[in-house]
Amino acid sequence: MQFWVIQTLNSFALGGLLFLLSSGFSLIFGLMRVPNLAHGAFFMLGAYVGVTAMGQVGGNFWLGVLGGGLGVAILGGLLERFILRRLAGNEQGQVLVTLGFAFIIADMCLVAWGGDPIPIPAPSYVNRPLFFAGLAFPSYRLVVLALAIVMALVLHLVMDRTRLGAMIRAGVDDMQMARGIGIRVSRLFTIVFCLGAGLAGVGGMMGGPIMSAYPGLDADMLPLALVVVILGGVGSLLGAFVGSFAISFIYNFGTALFPDLAYVILFLPMVLVLVLRPQGLFGRMLR
Amino acid sequence: MSRPLATALVLALGLAVLPWLLGNEFYVNLTSQILIYALAALSLNILVGYAGLTSLGHAAYFGGAAYACAWLISRGGVDPTVAAVGAVAFGTALAAVFGVLSLRATGLGFLMITLALGQIMWGLAYRWNGLTGGDNGMRMGARPAPLGLDISRPMPFYYFTAIVFGVALFCLWRLARSPFGASLRGTRDQPRRMRMLGHNVWLVQWVAFVMAGFWGSIAGVLFVYYNQFISPNTLALQQSAEILLMSILGGAGSLAGPIVGAVVITLVKNLASSYVDRWNTLLGVIFVVSVMFMPEGLVPGSQRLWRRFTGTAAKPQADAPPSNAGALVRRSSGRSEGA
Repeated sequence: MQFWVIQTLNSFALGGLLFLLSSGFSLIFGLMRVPNLAHGAFFMLGAYVGVTAMGQVGGNFWLGVLGGGLGVAILGGLLERFILRRLAGNEQGQVLVTLGFAFIIADMCLVAWGGDPIPIPAPSYVNRPLFFAGLAFPSYRLVVLALAIVMALVLHLVMDRTRLGAMIRAGVDDMQMARGIGIRVSRLFTIVFCLGAGLAGVGGMMGGPIMSAYPGLDADMLPLALVVVILGGVGSLLGAFVGSFAISFIYNFGTALFPDLAYVILFLPMVLVLVLRPQGLFGRMLR
Repeated sequence: MSRPLATALVLALGLAVLPWLLGNEFYVNLTSQILIYALAALSLNILVGYAGLTSLGHAAYFGGAAYACAWLISRGGVDPTVAAVGAVAFGTALAAVFGVLSLRATGLGFLMITLALGQIMWGLAYRWNGLTGGDNGMRMGARPAPLGLDISRPMPFYYFTAIVFGVALFCLWRLARSPFGASLRGTRDQPRRMRMLGHNVWLVQWVAFVMAGFWGSIAGVLFVYYNQFISPNTLALQQSAEILLMSILGGAGSLAGPIVGAVVITLVKNLASSYVDRWNTLLGVIFVVSVMFMPEGLVPGSQRLWRRFTGTAAKPQADAPPSNAGALVRRSSGRSEGA
């Protein structure tokens, strides 16, 4: 029983992290038509910058989360504004540039923070498990889940209820038309790229107490984000949300029950979706 | 004598005398490595250059065949010739399956799916300890002797690799000039027109995918022969990215481009690793710089400069191979409109 509780909570926590990672990825892909291959590296950088920021401000975890998110958001904004912007209209070139930056960021993290995993402590008040009905619930996992749900709601409200969200949706649906009616789509690109990068950075730091920060974290997370987006559909928040939790449950229980075959199990939902519904569960065909 | 025949003779002669000019075993081995990577880059070029489909998962077939070969020899105790055939069959079959899945999407969706599939192969090799040896990889006792040929010394191995490379290059040259090559370029440039003309665009692309997997597998078998060792690094994204960079750095869509790319990248990698430890950064920088400043690739770029230098007016080339990466994307978006 304890096994199922722990694994379920772990899956919820990983799902929350995956949502933070893949919602930004999906929005960027939906709006800019660019799968940002540096997203895994953003996640890892968020953890490293976050834990360093946390050390600078006397160990406050939430300031670390803020620092990781802001740091990565700024980097993402600079990358979009000064590099990707110069390749406007050349989506394939943009993808290759993000891939190049994925390698550069990962390698620079190795230089700056070394090859040993850096543990990130959770705030002390959520470090102890909660006991309920004779079972132990690791409470930090619940915090991650709660934060992801809050973020999902905020993102949904921003996208659905604000002027900015309406402009982003217009850009996703029909960029030329959006430009035609006077929306500055290029400025949306920067905003969405900053937002997506920042969400990945927050995700990295939030994942710290569970996974710690280590070289190779980027390569572990990027394929998960890709599978989530393939499953959920590009440009859809709901798709990213459903896909994140589906993949995290499959991945976590797969790893726990069949450790050798975790990646094969990950492969199955992807195959099913690609065969039956190639645009993803909640996606539309990309034009 | 026709020009292709002359080129072929010069190339064969060059490959034959090159090790005698180099002398040193280190350089002979380096040349073998270059040929192996050039074959891998040429195989990917079938997709990237001729079909206009950018795959970021080519290491799956390269590394998959290498793994299959190492496994069959070291764990299965199979005869080396049978192991090589089995490994190539495995890599090609893998490409056949992955091709069906990847071609469900077009453009950058295709790129993303190939990347995800490649990462799943990497994850399998990394995690499935019982089958693949996990992070430690698999070691072969000695370099196998396919067809009973002793290729354990650098010189014989070089000639073995050069002959395989020569045969592959000839086949790929024929492919590019064949009716199939023409229809492949047609699906890249004008998918809707090709469909109207009665071509099965999907099938043409899928066959190209399988061919790329086939030649990539052969390069993978040569790779594991050369190293006599295989680890998950061979299946990593970095490996796929290196092969892709070789294809596009030289100029995709030609035969010379990927070869030049493989020469440059392999030399830079070997040279850099003797001075600095930061190959990944350098790889990333080359990626960014080549996309931003040399979108057409080294070979077409220097041809353009050469024409300007010699004063030959550049002919307007309506049927020119893709000259920059952006053109590929515009074409692929045209395809999805028709879908």
